[in-house]
Amino acid sequence: MRRLEPAAITGVMSREVANFRTFWKSTVFSSTVEPIVYLLAFGLGLGATIVTQIDGLDYVEFVGTGMVATAVIFSSVFPAMFGTFVKHRFQNTYDAILAAPVDVEELVTAEMLWIGLRAAVFGCFPLLITILFFGLDPEWGMFLVPFFCFVTSLGFAGFGIAVAGTVAKIDQFNYVTTLLITPMFLVAGTFFPIDELPEGAQVVANFNPLYQLVELVRAAAFGFEATDLIRLGVLILFAFVAWRIAIRQLTKRLID
Amino acid sequence: MAAIELRDVVKTFGAIRAVDGLDLEVAEGLCLGLLGPNGAGKSTTMRLLTGQAIADSGELRVLGHELPGGAKDARAEMGVVPQLDNLDIDVTVEDNLRIFARLYRCGDVPAAVDRALDLARLQDRRRDAVDELSGGMRRRLLVARGLIHEPKLVLLDEPTVGLDPQIRAQVWDLVGELRAQGTTILMSTHYIEEAERLAEEVALMAKGRIIARGRPDLLIAEHAGERTAEVYAPPERRAKVRAEAEAAGLSVRPAGPAIAIVGAERATNGVVPDDAVLRPASLEDVFVLLTGEELE
Repeated sequence: MRRLEPAAITGVMSREVANFRTFWKSTVFSSTVEPIVYLLAFGLGLGATIVTQIDGLDYVEFVGTGMVATAVIFSSVFPAMFGTFVKHRFQNTYDAILAAPVDVEELVTAEMLWIGLRAAVFGCFPLLITILFFGLDPEWGMFLVPFFCFVTSLGFAGFGIAVAGTVAKIDQFNYVTTLLITPMFLVAGTFFPIDELPEGAQVVANFNPLYQLVELVRAAAFGFEATDLIRLGVLILFAFVAWRIAIRQLTKRLID
Repeated sequence: MAAIELRDVVKTFGAIRAVDGLDLEVAEGLCLGLLGPNGAGKSTTMRLLTGQAIADSGELRVLGHELPGGAKDARAEMGVVPQLDNLDIDVTVEDNLRIFARLYRCGDVPAAVDRALDLARLQDRRRDAVDELSGGMRRRLLVARGLIHEPKLVLLDEPTVGLDPQIRAQVWDLVGELRAQGTTILMSTHYIEEAERLAEEVALMAKGRIIARGRPDLLIAEHAGERTAEVYAPPERRAKVRAEAEAAGLSVRPAGPAIAIVGAERATNGVVPDDAVLRPASLEDVFVLLTGEELE
């Protein structure tokens, strides 16, 4: 049998869809309401008091376009980390799937694709809300935002799966969340530009995939530049590397 | 062609040799019971056959496919019923089956699902979530899921462990149906009755190896004779009876609070006490005699 068979991948994804149908309401609710809360708090709260404009943009538009990255990371890395761990360690789901003609490479690919597709949809909610309720003008470039979200969330899904395949206990996720995810989320240009950070921090921020996504979304809203192709390339590379590491780590965990 | 061929297979986990030079061949159409206590290597053997464990050395071939490289092809023709219940409990019965019909590449998914529902006798529960089912229904669904693609070979890993007698009987009925259809079955178990009832042949496994194999009745006749006498007595008397029986050339094994004199029909007068309880010799007698270990 061939590698990366579509039937195996779609079969695994069909399982995710079947399960998602049982809890989609709560997930969609939080993915819709949470960005509204952030936008109200930061966009209108800060935007009406301390910060009115950043780089020529109204602060609510700055935050609204930046929040896309927040939605992407929260709807990709955490489901990947916790979902993978729970399915493997507590539900023995992967034992069932790997008893069928599915290998770990196909399993990981399917999980990443499913998380990527979901996060691509959820990532657009903050942008839509900013357009509908906070006056952001829609632009044709914004049709590329779901694709940017999809590519980025593939990378974070792979990262999350790799972490789940590495840790021994579920509470060890706290280290990853505190040391990596929270700093990435905060220093991505979502709530403030990175230009004012110390030079070293700016260099590090450039390696943050979320920052690349934020810049791409703002470019989609306010005008692309040639360097945006490089940003997209970085995200594609991140997704590819995360994919291969996720396969390796999960194989070590699942195959004795 | 044998359905399963293992030659000199070794699998270690650190310092533990879970499978230690295992030789095992299962002919097509045979139902073989793999009988042994916990830690004998049964589950590791099952995982080696599905490619979920990779042997350190040895040759493995399943349905003509060499493992581990051909494991995915082998799994396409093989069904697995796991020890642990790993159904998707929030998902409906038919969706659980539909997912695996797709994973096993069934040509006609709706027909495969209907067939599996018939096998599990869950047609009228198809739209219920799995967590609404009783334990017996869930176990039947687990079996049906492993058979949804009508595999040539079925691996049953401790199919009735932890189940109450009523549910166990339901699972035995399903396995009996599979046997009648000529499906090759490898069933691991540590329940003597299960092995004797369902398996045409039994392979006794201990410390990662097969120590004896054959039809249950022939194994018993060869190693344990016809009858076993169990003597329930205080330790001092048990020791005395044991010494006398062994001096008479009989095998004696521990049996919980008693001792069991195997092959009691060959005993001379006085060796078997009058208050001994006589029963037919069993596979457990064979196992304990050959390994010195008791089945839990």
